[in-house]
Amino acid sequence: MSLFADPRWGEALAHLPDYLGNHVRVSLAALALGLAVSLPLAILTRDRPAPRAILLALASIVQTVPGLALLALFYPLLLLVASVTLAWFGVSFSAFGFLPAVLALALYSMLPVLRNGITGLNGIDPALIEAAKGVGMTARQSLVTVELPLALPVMMAGIRTAAVWVIGTATLSTPIGQTSLGNYIFAGLQTQNWVFVLFGCFASALLALAVDQLLGLIESGLRQRSRWRTGLGTAGIAALVAATLVPTMGRSSQGYVVGAKTFAEQYVLSALLRDRLQAAGLPATARSGLGSSVIFGALKAGDVDLYIDYSGTLWANQLHRTDIKPRAELLAELKTALAKDNITLLGELGFENAYTLVIPKKRAEALHIRTIADLATHAPTLSIAGDYEFFSRPEWAALQKAYGLSFRTQRQMQPDFMYAAVASGEVDVIAGYTSDGLIAKYDLIALDDPRHAIPPYDAILLLAPKRSGDERLQAALKPLLGKIDITTMREANLRASGNDANSSPDAVAKWLWEKVGKP
Amino acid sequence: MPSRPMIGYAQITKSFGALKAVDDVSLDIAEGEFLAIVGGSGSGKTTLLRLANRLIEADSGTITVEGEDVQNVDPVALRRRIGYVFQSGGLFPHLSVADNIGITPKLLGRPAADIAARVDELLELVQLDRDAHRDRLPEALSGGQRQRVGVARALAAKPRIVLMDEPFGALDPLTRDALGDDYRSLHRKLGLTTVMITHDMTEAILLADRIAVMRSGKLLAQGTPAELSRSSDAYVLELLRTPRRQVARLNTLLPQSGAA
Repeated sequence: MSLFADPRWGEALAHLPDYLGNHVRVSLAALALGLAVSLPLAILTRDRPAPRAILLALASIVQTVPGLALLALFYPLLLLVASVTLAWFGVSFSAFGFLPAVLALALYSMLPVLRNGITGLNGIDPALIEAAKGVGMTARQSLVTVELPLALPVMMAGIRTAAVWVIGTATLSTPIGQTSLGNYIFAGLQTQNWVFVLFGCFASALLALAVDQLLGLIESGLRQRSRWRTGLGTAGIAALVAATLVPTMGRSSQGYVVGAKTFAEQYVLSALLRDRLQAAGLPATARSGLGSSVIFGALKAGDVDLYIDYSGTLWANQLHRTDIKPRAELLAELKTALAKDNITLLGELGFENAYTLVIPKKRAEALHIRTIADLATHAPTLSIAGDYEFFSRPEWAALQKAYGLSFRTQRQMQPDFMYAAVASGEVDVIAGYTSDGLIAKYDLIALDDPRHAIPPYDAILLLAPKRSGDERLQAALKPLLGKIDITTMREANLRASGNDANSSPDAVAKWLWEKVGKP
Repeated sequence: MPSRPMIGYAQITKSFGALKAVDDVSLDIAEGEFLAIVGGSGSGKTTLLRLANRLIEADSGTITVEGEDVQNVDPVALRRRIGYVFQSGGLFPHLSVADNIGITPKLLGRPAADIAARVDELLELVQLDRDAHRDRLPEALSGGQRQRVGVARALAAKPRIVLMDEPFGALDPLTRDALGDDYRSLHRKLGLTTVMITHDMTEAILLADRIAVMRSGKLLAQGTPAELSRSSDAYVLELLRTPRRQVARLNTLLPQSGAA
């Protein structure tokens, strides 16, 4: 029972109404949209082989796109559409969160609905369709009174599959800003909070299972033409939807939205920023687990009010610069560039979170490696691992160019697993982060970069355009600027990487404030 | 033929691809007549039947129903005023017996109470027990009961014409005989004009006033059984030989008087 004595279960449970409500809302909207599009298409194409084949092929292709990629693709697409509608019609909409998630998930739900819809309609005994015509039905009457009721059991099976897929895939809508049960999983993975990961998995599995069983009841009711089964299933679905939606309906304004990317440091810092705003009497919520490319766009569009980014990241990803400048110069130039988009660079927190090449200390001593230049001579016999974006980033290109680096193999890894992997010798070198607490924990060292191939990565606080004149907000945040040095951040990150009750982002944020908040 | 025919086919041709299903057929069916169309499979008899209520459209020629060219009548309205009994029933499996019978009146927008009364009347007419069968689904009925419901459905909107597509083909001999006789008396009682398709010459002779014989899309002969027996066509005579032989065998095998 001690497993459930962990206070993190309580913390997870406290998030449930919000996460579950949002999860149900986005799944429901996506499924409704998917059905509204797919069912008419199935009806229209049921006896037109060529369009039917094209439609099914397209839906199958969509199905092969990984859910995460499909969701991520909709964000820039909608941003583009939003900018076009703004330019042409003067109306804009939020390309963040709900809308891209619903559209991507709806697209995802189409294949089973289409396929079963068409199969169901085509599977009807032609003699019955002839009979419908013979007794004097119009094409529409035949469809409504004969074909659809007879195809319904098969169609329901497709809807059931679609519902399970949508509920499962909706957990992946967290990185594009839609709160879902995926928040547990993403946050848990990043902060090594396995309680959260388990909770998120169980919650979404249970939801999918419950919906599947209720829809199954409706399906068997339709098959056996049993009114009470169909009624019971429908009532169950309605009750489930009401129970998950009602608790979150009341909340309207959520005040300031603090964004966070998908790693532990960001979770801690967003909790810290949120706490500071709340302490200053400003209502605030944290929106965590946002994709690196999504979060900046969300800030620009005002969907996120503030977040912490890193100067080198923006330099490369937003300004598309490949040259490297000294720290102060880079910051100044960045500030001017951001100001053009009305984004306020309020200041630096005081530490850097740059990419750095990391190897075990013992190995470094044995091979006499202290800098990346030393490493380069051994590289052809070594393997390297980096996070999902590292090898496609300009820093990697710059490193390769500056030091002539060429490793035997390179692979991508979940950032939190890299350190353990290099410590255990599974890979020889990793591209880690300077502020990561795990470097000390696993007795690793970060190699020097004497040729300054990696740009500076100062942690900087960004404010959305609509907050540029917000005095209260800026006053509440000022005490944090320049206060968090690399040692403190490393320690905070190390705490966050633990697997106990003190390692939750909220707890670490409190510890961090106690440490840096004293005048 | 003094009066105009109830159904008139004039030089009708219908092809499916290269196959001529109906080849230059002219045939009149008088009011109150019971006509059987006899032929093997692929003879075009079913096509000929479906042309009458425009389930199939002719390539050339003219079809009249109650004096009107069917091309000038809305096909849906046409089908609602012609009863149609399908091979093996064609009942809608998700609708109760009552809903199946009442479908055409419902499509015509008749009031629910009228439909319910008509359904009861029809159940009695086709000799099905009202309370036992009214609310059942077709799957709970025997083949003969299903076909009785099929006949009731065809008669629901009080048509003057009934088309039947091998209605009794799939039934056991006893049921088939009883249903044939029952329908025959309904036909007379209600003053219907009936066109029935069958591949069984014996059934045609026993039920119909006149018989039309089809083969490879052509109408080979038409007339009463007596008229057909004077035909010079070898195929027609061949068709008539079977019932004759059966009669002869039955006469030798069964005692002339008894409990029959």
